[in-house]
Amino acid sequence: MTTGDTTPDRQPGHDMLLPELVAHLRENRSDLREKWAARITDAHLLSAMTNKEIFSEATSVYDNYVEVLETGNVEALQHYARDLSERIIPRGVETNEVVGIVLLLRDVLARSLFEKYRRDFPLLNRILDAYEPAANRIANTVAVSFVEERERVIRQQQDALRELSTPVLQVRERLLILPIIGILDTQRAQQLTEQLLRGIRTHRAKVVVVDITGVPEIDETVANHLVQTVDASRLMGAGVIVTGLSAEIAQTLVTIGVDLSKLSTVGDLQGGIEEAERVLGFKVIRSGDAET
Amino acid sequence: MPKPKNPAFHQPPPVSILRQGGYLIASIHTALDDTQLQRFQHDLIDQVGRYRAKGIIIDVAALDIVDSYATHTLRNLARMAGLRGASTVIVGINPDVAYAMVRLGLNLNTVHTALDLDEGLAVLNKATGDDRSRRGLTQRDQTTAR
Repeated sequence: MTTGDTTPDRQPGHDMLLPELVAHLRENRSDLREKWAARITDAHLLSAMTNKEIFSEATSVYDNYVEVLETGNVEALQHYARDLSERIIPRGVETNEVVGIVLLLRDVLARSLFEKYRRDFPLLNRILDAYEPAANRIANTVAVSFVEERERVIRQQQDALRELSTPVLQVRERLLILPIIGILDTQRAQQLTEQLLRGIRTHRAKVVVVDITGVPEIDETVANHLVQTVDASRLMGAGVIVTGLSAEIAQTLVTIGVDLSKLSTVGDLQGGIEEAERVLGFKVIRSGDAET
Repeated sequence: MPKPKNPAFHQPPPVSILRQGGYLIASIHTALDDTQLQRFQHDLIDQVGRYRAKGIIIDVAALDIVDSYATHTLRNLARMAGLRGASTVIVGINPDVAYAMVRLGLNLNTVHTALDLDEGLAVLNKATGDDRSRRGLTQRDQTTAR
């Protein structure tokens, strides 16, 4: 599109053309905005939102858009895009929709420019020279902000999940249980150890029952990690009983030859708790007939 | 006791050793260098004999790092104390320290460990409890012999 003859006076043209462009967009604000909103609906984007919501968001995006064109400062837009993403991500808006609407706005505005300057082709070229880089930068900013926000949400959820996935629970005075469910990788095993050690101190635990019934498989690294956890707990004065080793895990451990002589293991969680109670000197006695 | 070579020896010692019943309680207040560790080991083993201690508690709660030399010293100390008739309990290992130690492959498997001073005393009472009746007997024997 750019022809050779526009290049020499491009730089000075920029400074004058951009304000002209902005003035044009401000003038036709309501018209262009409506066109844009209509095209969003036509393209079935943002289907999770009502028409009214689309229109009000479109207005804010439009104003922000024009402002960035004018000032070249994308920070406010970044902030707005993050804010917008925060609002619309929980409603299931996808990345392609967000990118789609920004590109639509770019098209709508470009078309209005074509219409206005169609008589003066060299001027149109210069206007587009000024408009296109700015518009692309805006599209880029919005898309990146949206993706970043999404990633942040995912990270946050991952953290929450990780935190939840390894609860350290006190079942009796000085007795903790640590039920592990799901795949154990090195990172999770480390986090688990740290959480357990802190738990031992807060609850002043003497015995910990680590139940791995919910762990489908284990490799050598993780098995060694388990042994480290037991050692570290012992350094803090707490004994560890591992329960619920599945047949597969038992076979793997023996086959790969992990030294488990330091682990005391009991078949299932109930057995582990009973053993722990014995160590701690508890005795559970049935007081009579069961209720219900 | 050897005179401290450290010119700043009027400073409070990095380790205090207290007597509590038949036990010695050693609290390490700051990180010790190798010389200080050696001196601490010497002092403690010396006092085990002097006070006829039946048990030792070493409190390391103030330490942020327990390195291989410290671990080695603690292990040796426990063995030496054992030779002189005292059981040793290490107490107050922080979660971070414990984890760092096992990751470095350091272990104190031959030594008793406990959460804190209270727990350490309980461990010692249990460990020396069996001896107590015997000790009572020997004391009586001694008095009758006199």
